[in-house]
Amino acid sequence: MTQSVVIQVGQCGNQIGCCFWDLALREHAAVNQKAIYDEAISSFFRNVDTRVVGDGGSISKGKIRSLKARAVLIDMEEGVVNEILQGPLRDVFDSKQLITDISGSGNNWAVGHKVFGSLYQEQILEKLRKSAEHCDCLQCFFVIHSMGGGTGSGLGTFLLKVLEDEFPEVYRFVTSVYPSGEDDVITSPYNSMLAMKELNEHADCVLPIDNQSLFDIISKIDLMVNSGKLGTAIKPKSLVTSSAGAFKKRQEKPFDAMNNIVANLLLNLTSSARFEGSLNMDLNEISMNLVPFPQLHYLVSSLTPLYTLADVNIPSRRLDQMFSDAFSKDHQLIQADPKHSLYLACALMVRGNVQISDLRRNIERLKPSLRFVSWNQEGWKTSLCSVPPVGHSHSLLALANNTCVKPTFIELRERFTRLYKKRAHLHHYLQIEGMEESCFTEAMSSLSALIQEYNQLDATKSMPAEDLPRLRVAV
Amino acid sequence: MSIVTVQLGQCGNQIGFEVFDALFSDSHCPQGLCSKRENEAYQASCKERFFSEEENGVPIARAVLVDMEPKVINQTLSKAAHSGRWKYGQHSCFCQKQGSGNNWAYGYSVHGPRHEESIMNLIQKEVEKCDSLNGFLIIMSMAGGTGSGLGAFVTQNLQDRYSNSLKMNQIIWPYGTGEVIVQNYNSILTLSHLYRSSDALLIHENDAVHKICAKLMNIKQISFRDINQVLAHQLGSVFQPTYSGEGSFHYRRNPLGIDWQVRPPLSGLPMLGKMSLNKEFHFNTSIANLVILRGKDVHSAELGAFKDPALYTSWLEPVHAFSVWKTQRAFSKYEKSAALVSNSQFLVKPLDMIVGKAWNMFASKAYIHQYTKFGIEEEDFLDSFTLLEQVIASYCNLGF
Repeated sequence: MTQSVVIQVGQCGNQIGCCFWDLALREHAAVNQKAIYDEAISSFFRNVDTRVVGDGGSISKGKIRSLKARAVLIDMEEGVVNEILQGPLRDVFDSKQLITDISGSGNNWAVGHKVFGSLYQEQILEKLRKSAEHCDCLQCFFVIHSMGGGTGSGLGTFLLKVLEDEFPEVYRFVTSVYPSGEDDVITSPYNSMLAMKELNEHADCVLPIDNQSLFDIISKIDLMVNSGKLGTAIKPKSLVTSSAGAFKKRQEKPFDAMNNIVANLLLNLTSSARFEGSLNMDLNEISMNLVPFPQLHYLVSSLTPLYTLADVNIPSRRLDQMFSDAFSKDHQLIQADPKHSLYLACALMVRGNVQISDLRRNIERLKPSLRFVSWNQEGWKTSLCSVPPVGHSHSLLALANNTCVKPTFIELRERFTRLYKKRAHLHHYLQIEGMEESCFTEAMSSLSALIQEYNQLDATKSMPAEDLPRLRVAV
Repeated sequence: MSIVTVQLGQCGNQIGFEVFDALFSDSHCPQGLCSKRENEAYQASCKERFFSEEENGVPIARAVLVDMEPKVINQTLSKAAHSGRWKYGQHSCFCQKQGSGNNWAYGYSVHGPRHEESIMNLIQKEVEKCDSLNGFLIIMSMAGGTGSGLGAFVTQNLQDRYSNSLKMNQIIWPYGTGEVIVQNYNSILTLSHLYRSSDALLIHENDAVHKICAKLMNIKQISFRDINQVLAHQLGSVFQPTYSGEGSFHYRRNPLGIDWQVRPPLSGLPMLGKMSLNKEFHFNTSIANLVILRGKDVHSAELGAFKDPALYTSWLEPVHAFSVWKTQRAFSKYEKSAALVSNSQFLVKPLDMIVGKAWNMFASKAYIHQYTKFGIEEEDFLDSFTLLEQVIASYCNLGF
């Protein structure tokens, strides 16, 4: 069994991270009734005897004493991290695994990346090495950040290069929150564009998310919960947005519901690696199957179901509905319509009481309405994990490498261009040591090249799938 | 004579468990439909082949379990121990932490050399427990990374170190519509490498077994457990003891000795005349067929239809291509059962499909960077394609 380390950067990253750790504890508490420190829980948590001073406290087996998250928390202003450390999760974090500053990055990628990057490089390296040492077999770094601000965007992407150089064998999975249409940070197009270049070059896999989609999903759930349809009762714990029954009671904060969705995404992504099932899928298999070319590593995700109704019997109709929903544009975590774009690859990660025949029946049913690239007509990767998420009897996470990410990138480029043409706010960036105009133009070409790759693939969409002439051999 | 089983990867280990369970259950079946002496001879023979003795009487499977991550092996070991009837050896498994990531190149080029000594030592220990070794049964899938890549590597090693023993690979052919996206790459690399080092490839297609579960057994929600149990049942009915030929008094000592050696016609010999009885039916052309009958009335079974020349390629007489093994001892509560092992054209279509899909993907170079990262280059792919095209062509030509 392998371990993963979560690196949460910036305000957004840390808030999502907080929800993630809360849910992870909840999930393991539900599965691990006897409180034994097993391999599943060791993937995200260390078992520590807090009475031992210093570093000798790690316990690898036996009963759980005190769980410490395998996390590094980074923020250039103290508000969010302080709140976490005073909140109910304070004991879960190792105080030595924090890097904070006071002044913040001022929503400036250059401050986050260049100024704080060089200032804190040594400290960052030291904390990362420490967390790696605590792992028997470190497989993956999960970086959580937003693209539109300064710290998450700048320092978060600076980290990627450090990770690549220092731990080349360890995967870098990045959960990036992209700015929505009505984003109130004026410079977010600059920050996002500059961050994109780093994601293109140094991330193994990126899961783009945007706030608008999360908000829409919440509205949908609220509608269902409040509509009181025909005596259906929704299990409160099952809401993909809820922290009901959480490890410790927390005050519900405004973004909590949205962050919970992202936290669920990360939990489901790693479920088949942590828990047993009849068809396991490890994290290295995600990259292997879903990234056909190194640059095309952006995966659109969708989580279903969003809630479970209270009745215990699950007719297969409802199971099938779960699969259908995974492909609808209303369930994607970014504004995207995979059904009407081109699939390069698709992964279905199922949890709970679902068997291979259910999976196959639904793939056969949905296949005709989806368009796959000519060289990957049956590009499905599947996994079955026996352990369902808390409050559900089954769930599905769909990860798609699909050209439907293109509109997000095109819009980003347009917003950037509008701002850049007027050279608005540019001086805030150029006055930082190490920043030049070429940084912007290079970032722009990097994104344009990526968009071009997607364009070329889309062009093949309407062409019929031809079988290429095979090798002819003499017998 | 004993068989040492090597179970590789999630698939290999899950199936391996079901196989040993099926073999054990059958050999301890109370209604053998034969005399007590017969039953005891059968049990003793089965025991010698697949299990070794333990002090407190619980038989230990003659198996080595290999996987690059621990979850499945842990489950397999505990399931066996839980049953209380048989178990796996305490030190018979080799496990790592990280898995092979569905990457054939990683299984073959990284895990293989790195863990060669440890794995071969485990196998050697198991071999030493056998009074006489007949050969190896290697259970693996083609679609993943460990079963396929490491399986190919281990088979090659077995060829080098135990060249006098038979190696039979039980291969799981993946569902046509992906379990793994790169399954076609992994499959062609596996098959081309195994062709050079294995003696026989026993194929089970997931799609075919799935259909059996759905149509013949009417199972509503089919799980991998159901599929693996059908597979185990089929393998059990092939590998359990039988008599060969009429009038032999001992169970065959060589369970893997299915004679697959095909000798193509020497040039200059006249083509044998064909009098086909059933012109209307179109069968896959075979080069060898083995029918195994178990239970009641085996000696009076009518097998003439299997000797129809129309079934076989023109340069073979049915008498050279068709064998029968029998035993009166019934298999697993079935009063009468029959198994057919066939070396024929039945695999041409599935193989052709896999090669075609892999070729299309290869032409676009998709995913190739994942393989070259670990030392499998484009030339290796081309070699595999060439070899498999030759295999397809050879089998196709049987029909002429």
